[in-house]
Amino acid sequence: MIKTDDASAEEVSTTITLTIDGREIETRDGATVLEAALASGIIIPTLCHDPDLRPYGACRLCVVEIEGMRGLVPSCTTLAREGMIIQTNTANVKKSRRITMELIVANHPADCLTCAKNQDCRLQHFASYLGVDQEHCDRLRKSTQVLPVDRRHPAFDFDPNKCILCAKCVRACHEVTCAAVIDLSYRGYDAKISTFGDKSWIEANCRSCGDCVDRCPTGALAPKNEMKGDRSVKTVCPYCGVGCSLYLGIRDNQIVNIKGDKKSPVNKGGLCVKGRFGFDFVKHPERLTRPLIRKKDVGRDVKIDRSNYRDFFREATWEEALELVADNLAACKEKEGPDSIGVLSSAKFTNEENYVVQKFARAVIGTNNIDHCARL
Amino acid sequence: MTNSISDFDKADLLFVIGSNTTECHPIIGRFIRQAVKFKETKLIVADPRNIELARVADIHLRHKPGTDVALINAMMNVIIKENLQDQEFIDKRTEGYDELVKTVNNYDTERATEITGVPQDEINAAARLFAEADSAIVTYSMGITQHITGTDNVKSLANIVMLTGNIGREGTGLSPLRGQNNVQGACDMGALPNVYPGYQNVDNSEIQKKFESAWGCKLSAKPGLTTTMMTDAMHEGRIKAMFVVGENPLMSEPHLNHARKAMERLAFLVVQDIFPTETSLMADVILPAAVFAEKDGTYTNTERRIQKLRKAIDPPAEAKSDWEIINMLAERLGHTFGFKSTAEIMDEIASLTPSYGGISHNRLDTGGLQWPCPNRDHPGTPFLHKDLFTRGKGKFHAVEYKSPAESTSEEFPLILTTGRMLEHWHTGSMSRRSDVLDALQPNGMIDIHPDDALKLGITDGDIVAVSSARGRIKTRAHITDKASPGVAYMAFHWSEAPANILTNPALDPFAKIPEYKVSAVKAELLVMDKERQDNQ
Repeated sequence: MIKTDDASAEEVSTTITLTIDGREIETRDGATVLEAALASGIIIPTLCHDPDLRPYGACRLCVVEIEGMRGLVPSCTTLAREGMIIQTNTANVKKSRRITMELIVANHPADCLTCAKNQDCRLQHFASYLGVDQEHCDRLRKSTQVLPVDRRHPAFDFDPNKCILCAKCVRACHEVTCAAVIDLSYRGYDAKISTFGDKSWIEANCRSCGDCVDRCPTGALAPKNEMKGDRSVKTVCPYCGVGCSLYLGIRDNQIVNIKGDKKSPVNKGGLCVKGRFGFDFVKHPERLTRPLIRKKDVGRDVKIDRSNYRDFFREATWEEALELVADNLAACKEKEGPDSIGVLSSAKFTNEENYVVQKFARAVIGTNNIDHCARL
Repeated sequence: MTNSISDFDKADLLFVIGSNTTECHPIIGRFIRQAVKFKETKLIVADPRNIELARVADIHLRHKPGTDVALINAMMNVIIKENLQDQEFIDKRTEGYDELVKTVNNYDTERATEITGVPQDEINAAARLFAEADSAIVTYSMGITQHITGTDNVKSLANIVMLTGNIGREGTGLSPLRGQNNVQGACDMGALPNVYPGYQNVDNSEIQKKFESAWGCKLSAKPGLTTTMMTDAMHEGRIKAMFVVGENPLMSEPHLNHARKAMERLAFLVVQDIFPTETSLMADVILPAAVFAEKDGTYTNTERRIQKLRKAIDPPAEAKSDWEIINMLAERLGHTFGFKSTAEIMDEIASLTPSYGGISHNRLDTGGLQWPCPNRDHPGTPFLHKDLFTRGKGKFHAVEYKSPAESTSEEFPLILTTGRMLEHWHTGSMSRRSDVLDALQPNGMIDIHPDDALKLGITDGDIVAVSSARGRIKTRAHITDKASPGVAYMAFHWSEAPANILTNPALDPFAKIPEYKVSAVKAELLVMDKERQDNQ
């Protein structure tokens, strides 16, 4: 994954020593001041920093004072140096951070309770951490310009009014997914995130991987169909052979959200459109829930489809269905020999299930007529 | 894969052939794009279609479908002629080099251009770029294997990798990208007609004895039939009953009309699945199964990494995990497996499968393990063939070019290739039932090059009838330069317009894989097709 330009220094693993808030700290050569601080448990607020992305310096919340350097320095774009002496919590730093946050918040809609990101919002978190004065915000607020919300994508909404221009989405789209579908466009007060030609995301060349939505620190990019889960379960995506590791958010026996596993050596947190937004098939009303037996006299050539199949099948108990299967397979084996039976296993099955199926074909039926869709 | 996914950003050059990686393996596609964009990794793409990766490639070889052997032989011809091969690697680790040279000598770029349609200077440039890289990875997928020369195609890629010494080191290797989430595991587990788990041959008497004593029963030494051969056997009445679990062959087999007729002849069909699919609706008994989120177990991904999936929710109503169903059925047929959990099944797998010998569920809690992992202390194997190949020395297999089974004719002037698209999966039984995915891509289509569209009088969005010698479907035309002139493309996810009605069931003689990637078809406006039928 892309980090700072000096990421190669990691391999040499030389360490340097610096002092942050009077504490002596060791860090790897090539780390930024912010990385050094965060790694040693010193909290520096930031909205635009993301360990997967190159340092950018957009939000200005991470400013610190460094001895020998003029003014307040953004810690995310400043490389740590041997012997540096850094203060992260001086009066100047605190004042600057508060004003910066007030400027960001001044024009931000205050509909937190109904926002999809409520309690999961970095802006909310650091606004409350730094303490924002309502009166200051009112004074700082420019004439409110309300921009149209793009709700046309089936998986997420883009509300530019909630965007703080940290450009995490833009950087993810350029640096991580390399799709480069979105960018910062227009200037000054009109600056916003947009696709080429300022079209709806659904009309752009967006591959809907949702990496931007996942990284957005506010409710600007918010998933449409997600809810907060009671618990999360680590598992593996069932679509392609890459095998992305992910967390399913669960509540009421349903999958309510999906997050990539950032620690996975396979996908490093990334997911594609299927892995991030494609698991709603699990609760599709057409799920088979009980064994079904074809009604008598319904020939195999009868046209049956999803809409009318209940007319041609009847529900049965496991007992009855399994007995019917066992009897027929046993009869076929006895009359025509084991090689008159074929078994198709599945590349969607687990290893354990494939093992059991081939053991069933070989040991129970007595045939090697066992295959799956590897060739198809 | 002989290597790991993490190798993609350690190579100097990536050669992607027959893989639309950004759509079919999106996260690996992303890593390839990152390497090209930020690490100055060189990229060669060989694909008849102008896929996303081709647009960021240093060289895009747009060869005709089914001409891979000629293309690779010509690249090797250039490499050998210009003395760019890795002679030390060849001398030390391979055999059969002289025969390779003899065969490859017949494939100068002039001849290759005639066969493949790729300009000579592009073949030269690609060969030089590939040979000059210190470390290179060759990545391929079904675009290489789904041909009657699938095995030959893979051998060619193995040849070029060995010729340049690009195997057995970090950042090198041969990387077939496996399609399904657990197709690697299904093969490893012996869901194949000729091998037990761990690729142990069923016709080897010692192996047979080992499994007979472990499972406590007599076993057959006669290799069975592959999926594609089973279809013919059903047709001919040699197979009377089928037990299909979690597959939908009536969407995924080639020449679907034939496959359907074959299944109609069965005396008994059981299908175990999660949805009413084209195949399950033909069954006598349908057994309701659990989905991935409703069960425990392991999947093995394309880099041989065994990862754990964990039960997150309960299956609906009476649906059950597939292994539980099979367990119950085995018991009724007088054979008690006695498995209480998937962890227990894995323990039995480990005891009988050398490459999985060190695998147990409690070792897989973090990042998983890559096989071969022969014992409990083994850390897994990120890349294969480090000092030795499985057979000792790597063998060059000199292969001659053979043309695809079907070629265009006056009646069927277009070549059709098939594959997947980003938003959908295989036969669509899962992805077509996802609201988001179906909203993003609700309709099937056929990609046709603007030149062909002009000749055929078709414009973008027209409904066209597409037919081959085997059948006919109607779908929407998508006019795009992603297709090559003369080569149309369809994804096979749509039951409304199943591309596999059209595809050719001709098989590779060794792998028995059908030639999905080359079918001769005709596309015409639906009204013209109707009119002709009316006048007949």
